[in-house]
Amino acid sequence: MKLFSFLFTSSIGRKVLMAVTGLSLVAFLLVHCGINACIFFNDSGKTFNAAAEFMAHNWLIRTAEVGLFGGLLIHIIQGLSLSLSNQTKRKEKYRASAGDANSKWYSRSMGILGSLLLIFLVMHLKHFWVVSRFTDAIQETKGSTLFDEMIIVFTDPLPVIIYVIGCLSLAYHLLHGFQSAFQSLGINHPVYTPIIKSVGNAFSLIVPLVFAAMPIAMHLGWIK
Amino acid sequence: MSKLMKLHLKVWRQKNTESAGNFEDYKVDASPDMSFLEMFDVLNEQLIETGKEPVAFDHDCREGICGMCSMVIDGRPHGPKQGVTTCQLHMRSFNDGDTITVEPWRANGFPVIKDLTVNRSAFDRIIASGGFISTNAGNAVDANSILVPKEIADEAFEAATCIGCGACVSACKNASAMLFVGAKVTQLSMLPQGKPERQSRVVAMVNQMDAEGFGACTNTGACAAECPKQIPLSVIATLNREYISAKMNGK
Ligand code: HEM
Ligand code: SF4
Ligand code: FES
Repeated sequence: MKLFSFLFTSSIGRKVLMAVTGLSLVAFLLVHCGINACIFFNDSGKTFNAAAEFMAHNWLIRTAEVGLFGGLLIHIIQGLSLSLSNQTKRKEKYRASAGDANSKWYSRSMGILGSLLLIFLVMHLKHFWVVSRFTDAIQETKGSTLFDEMIIVFTDPLPVIIYVIGCLSLAYHLLHGFQSAFQSLGINHPVYTPIIKSVGNAFSLIVPLVFAAMPIAMHLGWIK
Repeated sequence: MSKLMKLHLKVWRQKNTESAGNFEDYKVDASPDMSFLEMFDVLNEQLIETGKEPVAFDHDCREGICGMCSMVIDGRPHGPKQGVTTCQLHMRSFNDGDTITVEPWRANGFPVIKDLTVNRSAFDRIIASGGFISTNAGNAVDANSILVPKEIADEAFEAATCIGCGACVSACKNASAMLFVGAKVTQLSMLPQGKPERQSRVVAMVNQMDAEGFGACTNTGACAAECPKQIPLSVIATLNREYISAKMNGK
């Protein structure tokens, strides 16, 4: 255990843990986005429900889910505590500051972007994860599916707006976070780093866009 | 001689570490060919002539090598130009009639001593904790007896150009010292002479950095953008890599 205690105590170790958990969330997002995008087949959720069904009953996926939750929890707690601790390192603030002259606003706002994401996540988990795992609202015997649940949730415009804000926060969080994670892990290379940055930019643009399209398309009735 | 510029300065005045400090407004006529510090010399002469306390600021070499001239000018360490220190900044980088705000480095690790002078001995303690190599005393060894590949020598040299000024800490929103520590660790761990202490060094220096009250890096890149010696962000990746591998070896 002592071997890994630096992940919670030292400045660099804590960043390493942020990067590892952040990148596992990125991997999860890719799978999540791919499966949910099945609704765009516009087949009343047939393909999507089949994929969701597989994910819900595959033991490997269910095990990974436990790891994912642990990782998410660590990412959130460590992220917030690291942000707060970093804010105490300059007790006397600058009276004139020129942050935009030397860095991107979203790279300086990871704690806020993450907190917006957290608000979205709580709502999101309540909408789908809690409902599908811990209530009997979704049961094939009753002929109700996760897809039906999505249709119900997104009739109301409020969740649609919050989901779109969530996706926007995600886009900016990842625009900095994706490439930052590699730097935190010590990967900075004249050839690979530009590739990592391009992949990160594409990921941060495409994945949140596809996610945001889901509630919008459902609300507008494009997908039935 | 070129026409004098009329400048309005807002300078941070603080009696000592404990006192609160505030801005004082001054008017200075400066030549565009003066350096920023020479402009401050003019200001101080004015102050002395009128019986006021001159502004305390640090300087030594006035040619960009000692790293003493710590001033945050309009919110940017060493002012608006890239790759220069305050002493290398010329007044022609400003316009006639400008209002210029000058503050000290601000970080818990760099307490203000007086006005624009800060105590940067935290950097000395970080260096003392591991920023050295051990070598046998005695006759000087022939310089070519240890061979260093050219690319390694170049990279180590680039990192070694860090002058320890602290602009990286000053620019960072977390007051992180990782560009400085990264530069020192990169320089020493790349060269054969620095290999024996490679792992214990990085752990000791990072521990000291954390103990001095500097923050953690969030990779915003502000440090490298403001570094007068243009030390690249990649030295922080090297620092992370060295640290992780030392930790994995149980150091
Ligand atoms: C639930 C709320 C979340 C919070 C509160 C949060 C917070 C943070 C914070 C504070 C950082 C550190 C910022 C920095 O070092 O510059 C961070 C980094 C990161 N986050 Fe999040 N985050 C959240 C969700 C997510 C999600 C859902 C993902 C991925 C899909 C993600 C991916 C990342 C990545 C890749 C990093 C970069 C790690 C690094 O710089 O080393 N985060 N997060
Ligand atoms: S890394 Fe650059 S900014 Fe930081 S102390 Fe060295 S020279 Fe100054
Ligand atoms: S006075 Fe020496 S670097 Fe500016």
